[in-house]
Amino acid sequence: MINIQSLNKEFESRVRLGIMSILIVRDWVEFKELKSLLDITDGNLASHAGALEKNGYIQVHKEFVGKKPRTTYQVTALGKKAFTDHLSQLEKLMRQI
Amino acid sequence: MAAKQLGNEPNDKVSMNRGNYPESPLDRPQSGQHKYEDDLSVIRSMMERSSRFISLSGLSGVAAGLIALLGGGYALYLVHREGRGYLSHTAMAYTTGFFTQLFVLAIVILVLAVAAATYFTVRKSKKAKLQIWTTTTRQLLSSLLVPLFIGGVACLALLFHGQTQLMAPATLIFYGLALMSASKYTFQEVYYLGLLESILGLISCFLVGYGLIFWIIGFGLLHITYGILMQRKYR
Repeated sequence: MINIQSLNKEFESRVRLGIMSILIVRDWVEFKELKSLLDITDGNLASHAGALEKNGYIQVHKEFVGKKPRTTYQVTALGKKAFTDHLSQLEKLMRQI
Repeated sequence: MAAKQLGNEPNDKVSMNRGNYPESPLDRPQSGQHKYEDDLSVIRSMMERSSRFISLSGLSGVAAGLIALLGGGYALYLVHREGRGYLSHTAMAYTTGFFTQLFVLAIVILVLAVAAATYFTVRKSKKAKLQIWTTTTRQLLSSLLVPLFIGGVACLALLFHGQTQLMAPATLIFYGLALMSASKYTFQEVYYLGLLESILGLISCFLVGYGLIFWIIGFGLLHITYGILMQRKYR
């Protein structure tokens, strides 16, 4: 039987899935680049990134370059594990279908 | 109400919920299978897009190749006008003026080819609305330019010692190695282009009288062929 409960609810949103996929293969990624890769609005990215941060899946680094604020993101060890678990679950489900 | 069917969006364009956050349940398609398939393709495409420079245009290869072809052809003409087979003679047989002429020609080809290649790649980036100057771009450029710079200095050393018969082979070998190193950050095909350039350079090492011919094949024809193949594959 397909057990949908085993899928991580945090990754149900495509935006969050996208953010995690990018951060898994990259080191620190800037807000601007993330936004252009995902092709979404500032607010959308900020809220989804905020949710992932709250779960401890990603960590946010804010700094000033001159007078401009720069926000960069990195995946945490917890986030890496959650994401790989999610991927294995997806694979399992795909095999069952 | 944004009741977009995420499951039916094409795979290459990542479809996202642009509506209100949190996501409405309506955004989720009823059938599970499509959602998982799409989830996986989103993951794959995001990993791919973020870790590789995918804006490298096939037209860049074609343009650079054409410029090399024209420039190389002109060099061939100059050499024949001097009445010598290319580099089958020692370097001392050439006058300094003739060498300066070839050197300036080489620099002009280089600048034009790089400019044309950059133009088409920037154009493709803009069309796809992708950021051009990213960490991946910097990694791509440094993995390309560092071996290329080392090779360039080695070529100047060859010139300095009058070993000009090995210059065309050396440029091909080092350029090929630079491409192989840069391929980590862009299309996999670049690796094979680099491999072919290097092999051509090695063959050319042993057939020194035909250096210019090999150079034209490597920088001209190979680039054009590569560019056309890429353009057809990824357009």
